[in-house]
Amino acid sequence: MRDELERILNRVQKPARYTGGEYNETVKDKSDVDLRVAFCFPDTYEIGMSNLGLQILYGAINEEPKMWCERCFAPWGDMEEELRRANIPLYALESGDPIGEFDAIAFSLGYEMAYTSVLNMLDLAGLPVRSADRAGLTPLVFAGGTSCINPEPMADFVDLFVLGEGEELDLEVLRLLRYAKSENWDKRRFLRAAADIKGVYVPSLYEPEYNEDGTLRRVECLDGAPERVTKRIIEDMDSAYFPTKAIVPSTEIVHDRVVLELFRGCVRGCRFCQAGFAYRPVRRHGTGYLLDKAKRALESSGYEEITLSSLSTSDFKGLPELTDGLLEWCEPRKISLSLPSLRADNFSMGLMERVQKVRKSGLTFAPEAGSQRLRDVINKNVTEEALLNSCRIAFEGGWNTLKLYFMLGLPTETDEDVVSIARLAEKVLHTWREHAVNKARGVKITVSTSMFVPKPHTPFQWEAQVGVEEYLRRVHLLKDSINSRSIVYNWHEPHVSLIEAALSRGDRRMGAVIEEVWRQGGRLDSWTDYFGFSRWIAAFDACGLRADFYANRVRGDDEIFPWDVISVGVTKSYLARERAAAYRGEITPDCRVKCMGCGASCLLERRKCDE
Amino acid sequence: MSRILFKKEGRAKFISHLDLMRTMQRAFIRAKVPIKHTEGFNPHPYMVFALPLPVGTESVCELMDFKLAEDLPLDTVPALLNRALPEGIEVTEAYEETYKFKDIKWLDIEADLFYDSKDTDEGGLLRLLTGDKLVMEKKTKRSTATVDVRPLIAACDVKRADEGVLTLRVRLAVGDPALSPAQLISAIGQNAPFFAPDFARFRRLELYDKDFHVFR
Ligand code: SF4
Repeated sequence: MRDELERILNRVQKPARYTGGEYNETVKDKSDVDLRVAFCFPDTYEIGMSNLGLQILYGAINEEPKMWCERCFAPWGDMEEELRRANIPLYALESGDPIGEFDAIAFSLGYEMAYTSVLNMLDLAGLPVRSADRAGLTPLVFAGGTSCINPEPMADFVDLFVLGEGEELDLEVLRLLRYAKSENWDKRRFLRAAADIKGVYVPSLYEPEYNEDGTLRRVECLDGAPERVTKRIIEDMDSAYFPTKAIVPSTEIVHDRVVLELFRGCVRGCRFCQAGFAYRPVRRHGTGYLLDKAKRALESSGYEEITLSSLSTSDFKGLPELTDGLLEWCEPRKISLSLPSLRADNFSMGLMERVQKVRKSGLTFAPEAGSQRLRDVINKNVTEEALLNSCRIAFEGGWNTLKLYFMLGLPTETDEDVVSIARLAEKVLHTWREHAVNKARGVKITVSTSMFVPKPHTPFQWEAQVGVEEYLRRVHLLKDSINSRSIVYNWHEPHVSLIEAALSRGDRRMGAVIEEVWRQGGRLDSWTDYFGFSRWIAAFDACGLRADFYANRVRGDDEIFPWDVISVGVTKSYLARERAAAYRGEITPDCRVKCMGCGASCLLERRKCDE
Repeated sequence: MSRILFKKEGRAKFISHLDLMRTMQRAFIRAKVPIKHTEGFNPHPYMVFALPLPVGTESVCELMDFKLAEDLPLDTVPALLNRALPEGIEVTEAYEETYKFKDIKWLDIEADLFYDSKDTDEGGLLRLLTGDKLVMEKKTKRSTATVDVRPLIAACDVKRADEGVLTLRVRLAVGDPALSPAQLISAIGQNAPFFAPDFARFRRLELYDKDFHVFR
């Protein structure tokens, strides 16, 4: 380690997040490596290391001979200041080498508020932030992750996007880069060739044109680039890479445990949920496969907790067998099992008892809306009866803290819907009074609301977000409707949600705004310590754009969207049908009851959805 | 009770004490060396460390006590653990303990003192630390006291390692009262600002009992 860096590490908070050297990290012999990749996560170490995608792709790339994938995270402010002062370029944790000298820099973009950190990390690496200003073939800057299903806001900065699941796709891109390097291709030639890989979007090969009113007129594909880029999926989950030797951080992270991914996609069709549409169709792991991998992951990590991960865990067929098998193994070893993402509707007594055997953590339900009418609009198919029944089981089982999540500002929401959130919480409280096993301990019901953010590739992609003031009015309406001291109400700050809404449905012109925000000091925007609303608004002004154009405007039925160039399998016409059904208050059955022909099955070559 | 002697060096020196406990706990599980848990509502593995090591300080003499939950020959434990530990942490011995941690009275420290813009003479620093008195303002949690910390230094040697770098080897008292390496640097700065280093790097070398016998 350089003396200078050592001195810095003695001054900054939590230095272990900047050192690397954790158990199971991959270190390769540089002389035996011909392609070096920096996997960059534009947020802190604690957040990034909790990301399952990072652990999967890190492992998958490092399985490839002669490729070495290392990690790099966004430094916290104190560290950034020290690095800049000492002129130390951003380095990868494994080798300590500057990532600016790597062949490829891969960013994981899971959420829009991380965008400014991408620019900041490129700058800390000593690289120009704009793709057009980086002339050489390497380092190639590419990005993937959920928020890339609308890649346009980051199109100016990223050389290419990988859409969908990266286990195979990332390697195809990296192998092509290795070939391009050996053949001395220039960047242009490489990018053109890469655009022929399924799932690759090269923004420089697409040229948007705008109408007078600021909407998109058309997008020209240059040089024969494909008109639409369809996301990639792993069809056979059990044959894909599975991280049984995940890196075990030496310092505490957010999710400090084994994460067992059960399946991808979701059979439900909650109309507000981007993940629910973006990850379709459902593909699952086998139960036996999962049991085996879980044991191996626990043994190789030494973790004392395992959590099951998916969009809706209780929809996993074979969940009883899986939890039984896991508990049989975990209990004697004092390993605890946690089950997030349970649905309130089929939260069964048996399941709860099984988990309870090991540990009783707080319970969270997300009815999302207070009234049945609005739950039908958003297709959140959970009834009040089912929710209260689940609560009853929980209270009888001894739970006495419960969190309930809701969104405010959902399409068609009325004041009555808002007030019914309070009524629902009161019914939950009433259920506790009637069924609590130990009333002396009291009860705490927490109601949380956030401002609804309409997202691309969902039935609500045409919808306007409610304004900040309107959201706050509804917050106060709800607050005034809650009359019990056992019910605590928290609401999320709406300004971040407004910017998130603008970014998520932004077009390519948004790049200028992101750059301006970053130039004015913006970074780590998902942290309240750093987020500056006025900085964003000033940047929109400086770029001649308006946040409300992107966030608060109802889009025309035929409007061309910046993200139309990307296909996640689900068709735009299906989304439009779902939107119409929402306005009629009609629910759509889940994929297991009836296939509604969303289009996602076209991504499968050898099997059917949910097989 | 069983005890391990281990090193914590290189990048691992930035692992905090709290994180080290977690790291050790997981390493024992990975190594399949089962240890006993505490009784009670929230059982956790029984592990006791001799002297918490400050973040950024290296050591070749860390001690940790634990109870094996299974009959396992202790001499196999270091190799098992070393396969399961992160880079920089290495177990060198495992044995049944005979002496209690409270009997640790002295600690040998090596400190590299860096002077960025000047060259210093080792003699001056040695004279300062081996004089009759070394009076300093010592901060405790609640108050600041003026004390002579000279009795808390049992041995001292200074060498010039490089231009602008002095290497100090010093035996410091632990327990109550104690003189931590950071306090020693502060004492130097207070008494002779000229010798206040721009950066100091510490390394624990050895532990002793009250009679200066190596503590194991
Ligand atoms: S194609 Fe049918 S079954 Fe498959 S995800 Fe779409 S709606 Fe569900």
